Amino acid sequence: MKQRKKVLLSWTALVTASLLSSHPSLANDELSKASKDPKQWVMQAGDYANQRYSSLKQITTANVKELRPVWTFSTGVLRGHEGGPLVVGDVMYVHTPFPNVVYALDLNNAGRILWKYEPKQDPTVIPVMCCDTVNRGVAYGDGKIILNQADANVVALDAKTGKELWKVANGDPKKGETMTGAPVIVKDKVLVGISGGEFGVQGRMTAYNLKDGSVAWKAYSVGPDDQILVDPQKTTSLGKPIGANSSLSTWQGDQWKTGGGATWGWTSYDPQLNLIYYGSGNPSTWNPKQRPGDNKWSMTIFARDADTGMAKWVYQMTPHDEWDYDGVNEMILADIKVKGTPVKALVHFDRNGFAYTMNRETGELLVAEKYDPAVNWATHVDMKTGRPEVVAQYSTDKNGEDHNTKGVCPAALGSKDQQPASYSPDTGLFYVPTNHVCMDYEPFKVSYTAGQPYVGATLSMFPPKGENNLGNFIAWDASTGKIVWSNKETFSVWSGALTTAGGVAFYGTLEGYLKAVDMKTGKELYKFKTPSGIIGNVTTYEHGGKQYVAVLSGVGGWAGIGMAAGLGGDTDGLGAVGAYKQLANYTQLGGVLTVFALP
Amino acid sequence: MPKRLALAAAVTLLALPFSVAAGAADGSAPTATKVAAEAKPYKVEGGKVDPGTYNGYRRYGESCMRCHGPDGAGSSYAPDLTDSLKHMDYDTFAETVINGRKNVNTANNNVMPSFGTTEDVANYLDDIYGYLKARSDGAIGRGRPQRIGD
Repeated sequence: MKQRKKVLLSWTALVTASLLSSHPSLANDELSKASKDPKQWVMQAGDYANQRYSSLKQITTANVKELRPVWTFSTGVLRGHEGGPLVVGDVMYVHTPFPNVVYALDLNNAGRILWKYEPKQDPTVIPVMCCDTVNRGVAYGDGKIILNQADANVVALDAKTGKELWKVANGDPKKGETMTGAPVIVKDKVLVGISGGEFGVQGRMTAYNLKDGSVAWKAYSVGPDDQILVDPQKTTSLGKPIGANSSLSTWQGDQWKTGGGATWGWTSYDPQLNLIYYGSGNPSTWNPKQRPGDNKWSMTIFARDADTGMAKWVYQMTPHDEWDYDGVNEMILADIKVKGTPVKALVHFDRNGFAYTMNRETGELLVAEKYDPAVNWATHVDMKTGRPEVVAQYSTDKNGEDHNTKGVCPAALGSKDQQPASYSPDTGLFYVPTNHVCMDYEPFKVSYTAGQPYVGATLSMFPPKGENNLGNFIAWDASTGKIVWSNKETFSVWSGALTTAGGVAFYGTLEGYLKAVDMKTGKELYKFKTPSGIIGNVTTYEHGGKQYVAVLSGVGGWAGIGMAAGLGGDTDGLGAVGAYKQLANYTQLGGVLTVFALP
Repeated sequence: MPKRLALAAAVTLLALPFSVAAGAADGSAPTATKVAAEAKPYKVEGGKVDPGTYNGYRRYGESCMRCHGPDGAGSSYAPDLTDSLKHMDYDTFAETVINGRKNVNTANNNVMPSFGTTEDVANYLDDIYGYLKARSDGAIGRGRPQRIGD
């Protein structure tokens, strides 16, 4: 993929394009072009490649120490704030967790509120959402703002007025179907996933027509071939056709109907290949004994045709999951050299602790290495079969129901959760916010009731033996599969990273710091404590000739379950560690956007 | 073990053997009078728990932990139950679990669902209460409790 260059594009041209955008390719052109304009931040991941890189370079390693907050905005909601703001022209769009308010702020007028949209949602959806009522942000395209509501409704708003244009139900919260992920607009369609892996949903990716919200295609993660949109001969896994009934044959009976494979993470897109990329989550339940088989295609990277949804290739990272290692983390598309050969690569930092470098055209597996040395559940990934070599001691399936499997690393929240990493074409490295947490995991039998938790395992979490940092921020070489540098963090780094042409990488911490580090060495250059813990993703944009950096604070999400008393238990003498790890001693609930600039 | 605790244990051993051993093992022995006055909904022996309390721990992990955090200790979006059960009696606990609770206003978006028809919760309500009460009383610590006979 070409490197991002500064593209001069007049705002008038954009508006004109959006007016003409009843033509699908024009809608795509507008967004594609805008995503290459570093002054704006028009999609959650920064660009279709999910690189979260900006070519802005006013803020540099030399002057970043002068950075200071210049304005703030309270969202009025006190829950976990994931995702980040969009900047389209002179307007910033800010979203909130449930009740999913959307604000349009006027950057020409000190952030004055141009419009506010607050959907009416039944609050009974709140406890159906696993792990807090987070939302990872809105999408912009074709003059519309698309919002994925908690109650599984997808809404299109007029970006100028906030007026509701259409609204469709993408799921049913009574069956445990909710939404936390951000929509992605590709050409004339909006791609929407679903959450509910802890409630036994049948995960799927749905493409809605941007114009009116009608369904263009729907591709399930698990189920019969016609539901999962595969061609038994043409769809491949590691270069080989997957054959007929590739999913059904890996489930007992009709367990696939409550089989999970939720799609609550991020979606990327390669316009040249016309393929979209995303991952599926855990098979339901968390008790592996109850669902024999590989449980395909849960825990899988999908490459699908953007127009039809047909899968070109699939790769299951964790067959028959035994630890809740969802495969939903972002797929970063980057053209890099792998062992000397230039490749159109897809790089993915999975919950299971392995970082995968794949050929995104063919689905060939090139590199699979641990990006946290603590990872112990598998020794390595067999590069021929693509299967992890599971260590028997840490197999919760082998150890069985009602047996406590101890000291598995990583914990269920993964070596990295949804917090997206960043790729810098300047250094050729990936900058990854990580968790450094292990667990005891005990599966047990559960019964399925629609709309009720379908978990079937209990766990306790703690730092790896002999260590007390729960997170790291690392630089990763995806070509060799090696850590270049690693900074310890007291808590899991649950904030999406940003890299910039100024040589500075940014991320937030659970204590609430926005941190700036030197991308070459990891040296900390600046930090500022925002009002609450940061689980949002860092954004940058330029307005009136000045570069800004913005981030939402508001502690919560899955990271928030350790908030009150810290992770960790008294088992294995970790009580003391658990005790002083109390996040509540560092931060409290909040919901504030903080915007930084140089003086 | 400090002398005072040993003495307390010895005295109460006569009245209520199980609870006493529990308190002593945890290092937070309740006073003899308190133990004698209340029937505990859990049993702890040498730091190990009875099957019901253990089952409560598991059922808690299944249905409650996502919100109320590890070991009942609360999260950024749901209360610390080891504290709640210091003030909440069994009847209120049962009523809240079965019917749920809503606290939705400008400042809060907290909703506890109704578990009245959830088998994994409703059938084991007493076990879950016993486990949380043991946590609340300090009779057991954090993490997975060991079963008596383990």
